[in-house]
Amino acid sequence: MTSPRSSRRHTVIGLVLTAVMLFPVYWMLNVSLTPQQDMRRTPPDLFPLHPTFEGYRAVLDDQLPYLGTSLLIGLGTVVLTLVLAAPAGYALAKLRPPGGGALGLFLLVAQMIPGIVMAMGFYGVFLDLGLLDSWWGLIIADSTIAVPFGVMIFTAFMSGIPGELLSAARIDGAGSLRTFWSVVLPVSRNAVVTVSLFSFLWAWSDFVFATTLDGGGDLRPITLGIYKYIGNNNQEWNAIMATAVVASVPAAVLLVLAQRYVAAGVTAGAVKD
Amino acid sequence: MTLARVDRPRRAAAAKAAALDALPLRRRRRRRSRLTALAFVAPLIAYLAAFYLYPLYRNLDLSLRDYTVRSFVSGDAPFTGWDNFRTVLDDPTFGPALRHTLVFTFVSIAFQYVVGLALAVFFNRHFRLAPTLRALFLIPWLLPLIVSASTWSWMFNSESGVVDYALHVVGVDPVGWLTSPDWALTSVIVANIWIGIPFNLVILYSGLQNVPAELYEAAALDGAGAWQQFRRITFPLLRPVSAITLLLGLVYTLKVFDLIWIMSKGGPGDASSTLATWSYRLGFGTLLPRFGPGAAVGNILILIALVFGLLYIRVQRRQEA
Repeated sequence: MTSPRSSRRHTVIGLVLTAVMLFPVYWMLNVSLTPQQDMRRTPPDLFPLHPTFEGYRAVLDDQLPYLGTSLLIGLGTVVLTLVLAAPAGYALAKLRPPGGGALGLFLLVAQMIPGIVMAMGFYGVFLDLGLLDSWWGLIIADSTIAVPFGVMIFTAFMSGIPGELLSAARIDGAGSLRTFWSVVLPVSRNAVVTVSLFSFLWAWSDFVFATTLDGGGDLRPITLGIYKYIGNNNQEWNAIMATAVVASVPAAVLLVLAQRYVAAGVTAGAVKD
Repeated sequence: MTLARVDRPRRAAAAKAAALDALPLRRRRRRRSRLTALAFVAPLIAYLAAFYLYPLYRNLDLSLRDYTVRSFVSGDAPFTGWDNFRTVLDDPTFGPALRHTLVFTFVSIAFQYVVGLALAVFFNRHFRLAPTLRALFLIPWLLPLIVSASTWSWMFNSESGVVDYALHVVGVDPVGWLTSPDWALTSVIVANIWIGIPFNLVILYSGLQNVPAELYEAAALDGAGAWQQFRRITFPLLRPVSAITLLLGLVYTLKVFDLIWIMSKGGPGDASSTLATWSYRLGFGTLLPRFGPGAAVGNILILIALVFGLLYIRVQRRQEA
């Protein structure tokens, strides 16, 4: 449809637009490599001409425990989300449980509740249960971001599984649990990946629950690590930005490895095919 | 599979006997499959009750009682009805916070949508590198909010921020951005637009894939230019997807808390306070927490979000029907 020349022009425009859009990301990298004494220079150095790794050394010294905690919380959230969402999605898609429609509506509404409100409610509940400042309390709280989304992804995906496949399993003598585990789940690999990706990313990025429910714990996530940096020494911006770069790594990895799952997750529910 | 085994003799008998006997069997099997279905959703229902409904109930309870730090722990705060709501509504911060919430939400959405749509149409041209560049556009949306927020704070820094430097280059006087009461809200809106563009781009782009290419070919034959094609074909056909995108964006943007809190803490003064940041500040932001009013603000925010949320559900249902 398009001529080669106009295609090339579009590519150039596209590159420029992408560069503009990603400038803040570039700037984060640039500042993370800027030596402390050049930080407040006017004009600011547009390129890291004298790169320093002081910032990244600070990350190694100060932030490793935070990163480990975030990894733990992220993985825990993935497991909890999958365990709750996959069976429920299967039931809603194929087994028609009583009250399924109401449940679907509730899940939709649940995604609209502001995190800050949930956090305040959780604060009281966790205070009673003694879960404040604990990593697994944070896993529970973080999973509330992902579970409704997960159930809806699984329901949408599993609705597409042909009924013959399930009846074939039944005829072969597989019970519901067996059918779910050995037939439904393997076929739903894409949904499992999408839900895992997003629940990990959301738990990794969570700040609201971390700051309200885990402000004083021994194991605090990386978002609080950065926040503490900003609060304490708002001078060492190379260290802050270096931590930000490191905290962005999961997002970058996901984008490279699983781009189509990401796009699938963003559009899920919003567009009807 | 115990059911099948138990049923087998019965089934044989039923085959011999009248069809009447098959009825209770079918009913029993149906009840059995309902139980299975329930067993699969039971963990989710228990979870939702414990970690959605109960915290929300606690929040409602907080907003209806006069809590102090002491009674928060002991749990015997006196019931005060709508007092917290009255306190909040009479607070001088309420007006600005509500206004900022609406400005933040609607301005963000408008720009995210327009830019996202323009980019979606642009990327729909299928030029070389288009898929790669489109993927790169997702980055702002995937980054942890604290990363975007701290990066933008430094870019907006009033002494050595790159934004003021860029303005200086084109001959505009520097602006205090996050430290200026006139510009703080604008600063957080700019950052939020940046974060939200990818979401709009991806959804609108996938909506564009459903517009048949023949329509454009026919329009081009009839001599319609690019703008006319957009106005007469793309935009009208994209209306359902646009409605969903905008409403989802509304619901998401109303909730935004992290970005504003990290960048400006709602300040200076109340210059960039929204209902979400105000609620947090009341409940957690000071040494003397006021949980009751904080929860009341939160519940007002839920109410606003639900209005748009139910509108979204209505639109979505109607599109599916």
